[in-house]
Amino acid sequence: MPVTFDNRDGVLTAAISGDLDHHTAASVREAVDRMAESSLPRELVLDFGGVGFMDSSGIGLIMGRYKLMQSMGGSVRVEHASPQLKKIMNLAGLSLLPIAIR
Amino acid sequence: MKKPLNEMTLVFWSRSANEGFSRAAAAAFFSQLDPTVEELADIKTAVSEAVTNCIVHAYRDTLGKIKLTARIYEGGGVYIQIKDSGCGIADVKKAMEPLFTTCETGERAGLGFAVMQSFMDKVSVRSAPGKGTTVTLRRTLSSRGADEPQPR
Repeated sequence: MPVTFDNRDGVLTAAISGDLDHHTAASVREAVDRMAESSLPRELVLDFGGVGFMDSSGIGLIMGRYKLMQSMGGSVRVEHASPQLKKIMNLAGLSLLPIAIR
Repeated sequence: MKKPLNEMTLVFWSRSANEGFSRAAAAAFFSQLDPTVEELADIKTAVSEAVTNCIVHAYRDTLGKIKLTARIYEGGGVYIQIKDSGCGIADVKKAMEPLFTTCETGERAGLGFAVMQSFMDKVSVRSAPGKGTTVTLRRTLSSRGADEPQPR
């Protein structure tokens, strides 16, 4: 599962592409955590623009990164999620957390 | 129950690579109903949740067979049954509660059944410890015009 990173001015952007499910989430999680833990950004942007499909595994991924960033004093932003992905995010109540979803 | 217009059955191992395979196969089968993009995405998501449950919970640390039966009924009726012979669920009601999960390590959100219930019209679960689990998903697709597509 490809993840490409862009790290500038304390903002780490992780652009995820492909289908995000239980099978693929583990490798994304490891890649993002490794990068975040070494670069210590103040904001982690999870770019879902390249994600065509996502099930609740994606929620676990966002929640886990939210906890990680919280422990480092940073925040998480979700970008470019399709309406279908937003439907799952809203169902999970992500909008109740201080996670910006765009 | 009325006779289905079409039916297919898939049996596959509880390998996580089959999450993508099984939802794509189900989506391909139901494409003959000419669903909207959103309806098809909903079906894929619900199937993905049910199959992932078999892999993560029913056959945790083991490998077993998952049987997916998909049927089409008159009037855009979608029926999907996902059956495993895994460990079974002691308390189905509890297992279906949003955010409830027995998986502490895998970063599971505990939302599988909540997603299935939200994206399908009806979700039923039959299970007992040691007896496996059968999840049935039903939904009636919106008719996209007077000439409702029927399988030939």
